[in-house]
Amino acid sequence: MSRHTNDRADEHFVDTQPFDPWDKEELSPEQERYFLASQWKLIWWRLKQHRLAFVSLIILAVMYLAIFIVEFLAPYAQETRDSQNIHHPPQGIHLFADGAFVGPFTYGTDFSVDMETLKPVYTPNPAKINKLRFFCSGDPYEFWGLFKADLHLVCPAKDGTLFLLGTDRLGRDMFSRIIYGARISLTIGLVGIAVSFVLGVLIGGVAGYFGGWVDSCVQRVIEVIRSLPEIPLWMALSAALPVTWSPVLIYFGITIILGLIDWTGLARAVRSKFLALREEDYALAARLTGATPKRIIARHLLPNFASHLIASVTLSIPNMILGETALSFLGLGLRPPVTSWGVLLNEAQNINAVAVYPWLMLPVVPVIIVVLAFNFLGDGLRDAADPYKN
Amino acid sequence: MIPTLFMISVLVFIVIQLPPGDFLTTYMNELKAQGEAVDPSKIAFLRAQYGLDDPLYIQYFHWAWGLLHGNLGFSFEYNLPVTEVVGDRLWLSMVLNFSTILFIYVVSFPIGIYSATRQYSWGDYGITLLGFLGLAMPNFLFALILLYYANVVFGTSIGGLMDPQFINAGWSLPKVVSIIEHLWAPVLVIGTSGTAAMIRRLRANLLDELGKQYVVTARAKGLSPMKVLFKYPLRMSLNPFISDIGNILPQVVSGSVLVSVVMSLPTTGPMLLSALQSQDMYLAGSFLMFLALLTVVGMFVSDLLLAWLDPRIRLQGSISQ
Repeated sequence: MSRHTNDRADEHFVDTQPFDPWDKEELSPEQERYFLASQWKLIWWRLKQHRLAFVSLIILAVMYLAIFIVEFLAPYAQETRDSQNIHHPPQGIHLFADGAFVGPFTYGTDFSVDMETLKPVYTPNPAKINKLRFFCSGDPYEFWGLFKADLHLVCPAKDGTLFLLGTDRLGRDMFSRIIYGARISLTIGLVGIAVSFVLGVLIGGVAGYFGGWVDSCVQRVIEVIRSLPEIPLWMALSAALPVTWSPVLIYFGITIILGLIDWTGLARAVRSKFLALREEDYALAARLTGATPKRIIARHLLPNFASHLIASVTLSIPNMILGETALSFLGLGLRPPVTSWGVLLNEAQNINAVAVYPWLMLPVVPVIIVVLAFNFLGDGLRDAADPYKN
Repeated sequence: MIPTLFMISVLVFIVIQLPPGDFLTTYMNELKAQGEAVDPSKIAFLRAQYGLDDPLYIQYFHWAWGLLHGNLGFSFEYNLPVTEVVGDRLWLSMVLNFSTILFIYVVSFPIGIYSATRQYSWGDYGITLLGFLGLAMPNFLFALILLYYANVVFGTSIGGLMDPQFINAGWSLPKVVSIIEHLWAPVLVIGTSGTAAMIRRLRANLLDELGKQYVVTARAKGLSPMKVLFKYPLRMSLNPFISDIGNILPQVVSGSVLVSVVMSLPTTGPMLLSALQSQDMYLAGSFLMFLALLTVVGMFVSDLLLAWLDPRIRLQGSISQ
């Protein structure tokens, strides 16, 4: 011990700043916002950072909003047939004619037949300029089957045509039909997932919460269903739908079939979460205070992994959309006059379509976009689902 | 495995009994539609022969008993025993599915390693993008497009699974060669969707392993990068690779049914579809049963493989809580 410190024992550092007991506790407004944010808010912020997922979310939101007003968005009505323009190729939209600006228009086409292949040939005629009309009255339709209207976002000129994606074998506009098909194709996944969600959460929850023999029974059933290949089973079940059913009934039949087989993955996830969570102290506390199993499951356990559930549900929607497409393509799913992307693709079934009328395959583009978007969004949600994990 | 198969057989039986009516009512309607007289005594005879008036569970036991003895029932559409109708289809299905699995493994293994070791490189992004496209593209349409372009670009018809002259011929070496020549297209089509998932899984697993401390230690000790990669991390990430066959196999079998219909391959797919459409239920049931058997046995084999590959996996006892 040195003399030096002994002499100045009572001398020590004193901070001249006034003492503020909340100094360390105080948060910047930004931090405070972050710390006080609810879990869902955190998830939302996380998701926004995931650029691809966020873009996908916007695309999907636009598509799902669009299905409310398909009649307005489509230039033609669903079943409008233009017998003069069968298998018409897609028409481009032009802005300038002979260097002069005329606004968006399409060229009229002259019809001839290729005498060698007997294929209809449509040649654009620069003399026929058909200016597009906006917010115009066109084909009459019944909005959601409720009231009659004829307002469209865009229509062709009075005697002109507007086949953005060509026409099919009956001269129906592909673009309009794809827009109409979105209503069925996009919702079939949602309804199907609703069925599978209810089944999955219910069965998985019961299995995970009660455990024991209930659990092992459920596990066996899941194993059996998972080991069956999906598409053959879907095929068999939809072949069992009576032919006499109305299109609407068939639609619900198909969604239920899709959901009936899909719930297993969700049930598994729910079960394993429950097995872990039911041992937590708060679950025990709830049980001790006399909460019923129903209440514990619904109020205490489910909210805990709701975000994970949403992520995994998002990831299984594209599977359903593809499933419907495949079934309809095989002729076992939806049938005309119901229009879905799968039904549209059914027309592109032969090699002829690929070789001569490739635009008949265009309904696959929205299918790919939607499936990709759901996949990216699901990935993003899965990353964001646990916002407390850094 | 046995209880699973039993439950599957019950399920399949229920499914094939679901459509209203049975094949005889369909058959009678068909005959009536053609204006032919239906002999009631013949119908009664057939009903009795196939036990169609028995309670369902007895019908099930008849069917299941027949299955166990290799008697797949009777195809009403073809008026032949199912075994004869099916012919080589089951074998060709197995060949197709097996090659597809092999293709998925062979392709996704090196690609998965590549994209894990070069994370966030252009190659990684490109492969991921391709993989996602393969995932999102409906199989059947890809098959159609491939059929067309193979015809245009290579001038070969890749529909079917062998050259036409071999279709009814017996087995011979040229026939086998012809099958192999035709096999690539459906394998490619069915494989694409599974490959994407597999690559992503291998990449994720390998990335997890590569971030662990023992890898850092090994690298710090100056082990060559190749050895660091192959000695432990790769082996660790192989586990899910093998066990994942449980997910891949049903998917591949599903895909092969669909693609077979489009490419008119002589496998179970097209016949299953037509059997379902004409309510030829025993034929459909046999196919469903066969496809399920294929996946169940495949999973069983993958379990065995896994146990052999990873000594830590115990077959007896339960997991400790």
